[in-house]
Order: sequence, then structure tokens, then C-alpha cells
Amino acid sequence: MENSRLIVSPSPHVRDEDTIHKIMFAVIIGLLPVLIAATYLFGFNAIRLVVLASIAAVVTEALCQKIRNQPITLWDGSALVTGVLIGLNVPPTLPSWMMILGSVVAITLGKHVFGGLGYNPFNPALVGRAFLVVSFTLPMTYWTTPFDAVTTATPLELGPQAVAYPDLFFGTIAGSLGETSAFAILIGGIYLFYRGVLDYRIPLGYLGTVLVLTTILGLDPLFHLLAGSLLFAAVYMASDMVTTPVTPVGRWAFGIGAGIILVVIRIWGSLPEGVTYSILLMNAATPLINRWTRPRIYGQGVSKNA
Amino acid sequence: MKKKTFRGGVHPEYAKDITAEKSIQDLPAPEMIVISLQQHIGAPVDSLVKKGDSVLMGQLIGNSSYAVSANVHSSVSGTVVAVEPRPHISGRSVISVVIKNDGQDNPCEMISHSDPIQLSPQEIKDKIKAAGIVGLGGAAFPTSIKLDPPDQANIDYLIINGSECEPYLTADDRMMVEEPADVILGAKLLAKGCGAERILIGIEENKPEAIRNMRDHAGSNAIEIVVLDTKYPQGGEKQMITALTGREVPSNGLPYQAGVIVQNVGTALATTQACRDGRALIDRVVTLTGAGIKEPRNYRIRLGTSFRVAIEAAGGFTAEPGKVIAGGPLMGSAQFDLDVPVMKGTSSILVFTKEDSKQFDPMPCIKCARCVDVCPASLLPVRLEAYSMNAMWDEALEYGAMDCIECGCCTYICPSKRFLLHWMRLAKNEIIVAKRRQTG
Repeated sequence: MENSRLIVSPSPHVRDEDTIHKIMFAVIIGLLPVLIAATYLFGFNAIRLVVLASIAAVVTEALCQKIRNQPITLWDGSALVTGVLIGLNVPPTLPSWMMILGSVVAITLGKHVFGGLGYNPFNPALVGRAFLVVSFTLPMTYWTTPFDAVTTATPLELGPQAVAYPDLFFGTIAGSLGETSAFAILIGGIYLFYRGVLDYRIPLGYLGTVLVLTTILGLDPLFHLLAGSLLFAAVYMASDMVTTPVTPVGRWAFGIGAGIILVVIRIWGSLPEGVTYSILLMNAATPLINRWTRPRIYGQGVSKNA
Repeated sequence: MKKKTFRGGVHPEYAKDITAEKSIQDLPAPEMIVISLQQHIGAPVDSLVKKGDSVLMGQLIGNSSYAVSANVHSSVSGTVVAVEPRPHISGRSVISVVIKNDGQDNPCEMISHSDPIQLSPQEIKDKIKAAGIVGLGGAAFPTSIKLDPPDQANIDYLIINGSECEPYLTADDRMMVEEPADVILGAKLLAKGCGAERILIGIEENKPEAIRNMRDHAGSNAIEIVVLDTKYPQGGEKQMITALTGREVPSNGLPYQAGVIVQNVGTALATTQACRDGRALIDRVVTLTGAGIKEPRNYRIRLGTSFRVAIEAAGGFTAEPGKVIAGGPLMGSAQFDLDVPVMKGTSSILVFTKEDSKQFDPMPCIKCARCVDVCPASLLPVRLEAYSMNAMWDEALEYGAMDCIECGCCTYICPSKRFLLHWMRLAKNEIIVAKRRQTG
């Protein structure tokens, strides 16, 4: 019984099993239903764009870390998640080189200029998407129908009279690759919730606010919930851990704020869709929200009289 | 039925089944005993003996004139061979009395009472003080001082903490299973000592036998056994108080300010032994457990027995050990020297194998906020860590660093394996040092 080889480290001496790696790959698993739906609806284009975006994201991550003299941490899966997300966030006909460029911008300007994983204030995939929309407005708003790829408009542009609810729910409508099938998104979202990776407050606050506001404004709330990329963003992007508040109340505030901005853009803005900007703007407000929504600390404000 | 509990907390793997059925055995006192003169929170005591003195079992060998301190007694009879610094669980060397055991266990005079509940509150407190009893849950705060709150504060509840929320530990569980009558009597004595009208005994629901036995012996309706949700850190003093009474201990304050005093199961048992049998605190129940130990069990161990002797008695190591921890896996401290003695606050000797002793390189924080969700004090560990890393002590103070109870839930849950608690401790330390400097 010698002493020499005992390990000494501060408590706690046991740790939870979960790691960043496991969380990121849970998100990938949670995206599988959407990937399958996108492939079913939009065929080879879905595979082409998601694979290109993912490869571009992962390669860019490695290059950025190399340039910054950081350890290469591709196995953490965060770059892959960004790649898949931006790949699912573009129209099916987007040219390959634009997809790659969007992904490169997402990882560089969205993530590594701020210091890499954990330090980015804005959702990298949405930064990439915003870049693409501003730079290549036409190809980024060129929509085609599922299966036969006929040029059309999105439900949000057409209005609620032009689309049937079942089409909106199952995704047989025009739109970005991942956003059309509410059914697939819900399956993925439920998985992520039970896996403990999705906090319910942001998606519920976001969707609930849109539901309430559109009802008050006399619009079709169900249509606004299912059309466009709201549901996809609520489950996979607004809930991104890095760029959203850490306090419980702050997460509600984030969701509600994004919902308000979205409705304002959709109803009064010149764009048909406002999901990207609603989340990016709330990302910017996140440090402030954290500051304003600190929980009451145990025992503070309690009088010292027995 | 929804069981009582508190905000936050985690559910680590409990691993209590290793020793939960193992009844308490007496570990024979070893040849050499090292009685540390710092076994409690507060000032170390002065040695009353010197090299060559012979001592009796239970004889007072260390006391102090400081208010916050606790008497120290010899746990065997024999001869003092040295009074010198020896390894201590804190990692430092602390002045200790080394006694060569003569194997006779000759006791010193003990004044017993057949019906100790007739003692006056002051007599009870005096006996507890004389016996050197401290909180046996691990914090080791002198019990007699805790029973004597300042400002004549009114105490409504005495709480006996039987939650034993740390994984692996089963010492309190076994005491409640095997010696419920003495634990209950101790609770009554402690309640009388502090003038509490009611006694609440909180036990986590994963100890059904303890709950049953304690209920069988509780008798009077002034004692209530409350079943609590199994969740760490249910046994945290503040968490216990809030779960049982709905009250909160004020920030920067003490439980008596909420009209509550909390004592541990082992402390209650020691109180019975002190008041009824006149016995000083010279042994305690220790859980020897973990995959690194051959025959895990619950031992009643004389204070001053080295970890090495205790581990050898439990069959020794299964393989080369990874960590040897004094206390539980969440709050215990890893030891580097097996010659450290079992002390009043040593609830467990936990031996991890090499595989159990995983070491992690921290990854970047992804702001998942799991640390925020599990913090029982409702702190933002993610912010506090950042402030501490950047030496922003004022901000750390403002964000409640001093309200941290150091339970380690944040570090336990962190998927990036960051050392959140470690940084928190640094911030607390810096804040205390700065305050001391200010007040001179």
C-alpha cells in the first residue's frame, strides 16, 4: 500500500456522462427526421446541399483552428451541426458554390472571428444564411415545388387561402429544404426534448407569441405557425445554447422577443419571412437579457429575524 | 405523493447498494493512534499531554480557550509517544498527539445518567461540549455552539439530517436502521438543549428500512419523520431546511435566523452517548466503500486510526487505487497520504479504481446553462466562473459567490467538464481575503 500514485484533484470526483460531443451528435440525430423528409421531398438537391455545406463547415473549422493555433476539435461536432443547419436553410436549387461560400462565412464570420465554439454571439448558421440572402437574393428566394421542382412561391408569399393545412403539416410545399415538413420537425424536437438537449422555454415562448399575436391581429395563427421556417428555427436554431440566455426567465424573454420581431417583420416588413432576423436580433440582446433576468439567489432578501 | 425537496440538484449514480446492507462492525483499535488537534471548524486545540504521558480511553487530551473550538480525547489507553505535526485530511500537516495503544482500553471515569432527558438544557450543552461533539455530517462545526445561538433566538424546529445524499455513503443509514432508539433520544436531547418545540427528521426515500425503524421509535407526535426526494444535495443544511419547513436561511446568515437548527444523525447518536453514558466522542461510523476496496463495509472506527489500517481491515485495495477520498464523491477531498487519520468529520473512506478516477480537460463553455438549472442556490455558475477567471472579484461578489454552498452540482453536470466549483472557491477565497485586508 504505497502512497505515491494516488490521484488528487478537487471535488466533485464524479461527473455526469454527457459531453459536448454527445450533445452535438444528439442534435444531429434530432435533425435526421428533417433530413429524411428533405431528401424525400426535394431528392438529390437535399443531399447535395447538406453534404456540401457540412463538408465546407468542417473543413473551414479545421482551417480556422489551424490558423489560430488552436487544437483541432472536429470531433466535438459543433461545425457539423452548423453545416447541416445551414444546408437545410436554403432553397433546393441553390448553386453548389454559393452553398459552400455560405458555410465558410458561417464558420469564419459567424464563429471563429469571435473565438470559436462558445464565444460567438450570433447563431453561425443564421449568420451564413443572412449573408447568402443579402448577397444572392435571387437564388436565395427562388422556390420550387417538391417532387417535380416547378417554380412557385412559398406559402407565406401566397397567403393562407392558397395552401391546405395537410400540405403545410407534411411539407409538400415550397420552401427551404428543412423547413417545410412540420411533422418531421416535431419528431426531431420531441426527441431532443426527451434527450435533455432542447430547453422547452424558447420554442414555446417563440411559437406561443406568434400564435397569440397573429390571433389578436385577426390572422390565421395556424398558418403562421406552419408556414415558413418558424417551426424549424424554433426547434433547431432559436434554441441554440451558445447564443441564447442562460437564465430560465431570460429564455422565455428570448422566445417572446423573437416572436414579436417575427410577427412585426411578417406583417409590416418588406420581407415575407423574418425568422432569421428575429433570432439574430435576439442573439444581440442576449447579454442584456442575462443581466436583467438574474434569478433571486437563495436567501437573498430574506430577513434575519428569526 | 409528491415528496418534499428543494430547487435544483442532480441525480448522480448512488452506488449505496455496495454497503447499504452491511451492518456496523467494530474495527479493533490499531497499535498506533494519531489524534489531530484540529478536527473541527474553529481554532485548533492545545495539547494537554506530552511525550511519555500515559492516557486513558476517553481522557481529555486537548482543549482551547477559544469560543469556537471542540475538545479532543484519546480514543485508546496507552502512552503518548509524540506531539508533532502529522498528515491531515486537509492536505497540510497539523499538530497531533500520537499514542501507542496498550490494548487495554482502560476507560477514564464516565458519569452516566439513566434518564438523560431529565437533564437541564444547560447540562445537556455542557455534556456535549465536554464530549467534544461536532457536526458529524462532515462540516465538523462544534455542536454545543450551534445549540446556543446568539440574541436568545427562538428555535422552532430541530431538524435531524438523515438524508445522506452523497452517493456511496451508508453510515447514517445504518445508524438509523440499527440504533434508531438512540438516534431519537439524541434528537430529543438536542431539541431540549436548544429549546426547540418540534423535531423533524428528514430521510431520503431511498432508505426505506431506516424510515420504518425511525418511525417505529419516534413515538411522540412532537417528532415527525419526513420522507424526502432522493436528490443531491438534499442534505445541504439550507436545502434541508427549505424542503422541511419552506423557510430560507438568509443570505450571509445562519439557520437559527430562520428559527431552525440542523444536526446530523451521527451527531444525535454521539449526543445520546455523551449525555446517557458520559462517553466522549472517540469513535464514529465510517463507510469504507468504492470499487477500489476489496470488502466494502460500515465500520465503527476509533478516531485517529489511519486510513491505511482501515483499508487493510476491509481487505485492502482490489487493484492499484486511483483516488482515496475522505467523504463522499461530490464533496469529499482526495487524499495523497494513506497515513491521514480518521477524524470526527470523516464520514467515509471511498476508494476509486483507476477507471473511476476519470480526469478531464475542460472544453469551451457552450452556455448550455445546465449549471444554472441545477444550482441549489440559484446562482449563475457560468457567469461566476468567467468573473473568477478574469479576477473580477467585485462582480463575483455581486453575482452571489458567497452564497455558493460548494455542493459541486455545477461541475458535476457540466458537459464541457469545466472546473466551475474550483473557480468559485477561488473567488470566495479572494473576496474573504480582500474583506480581511479592508477591516485590517
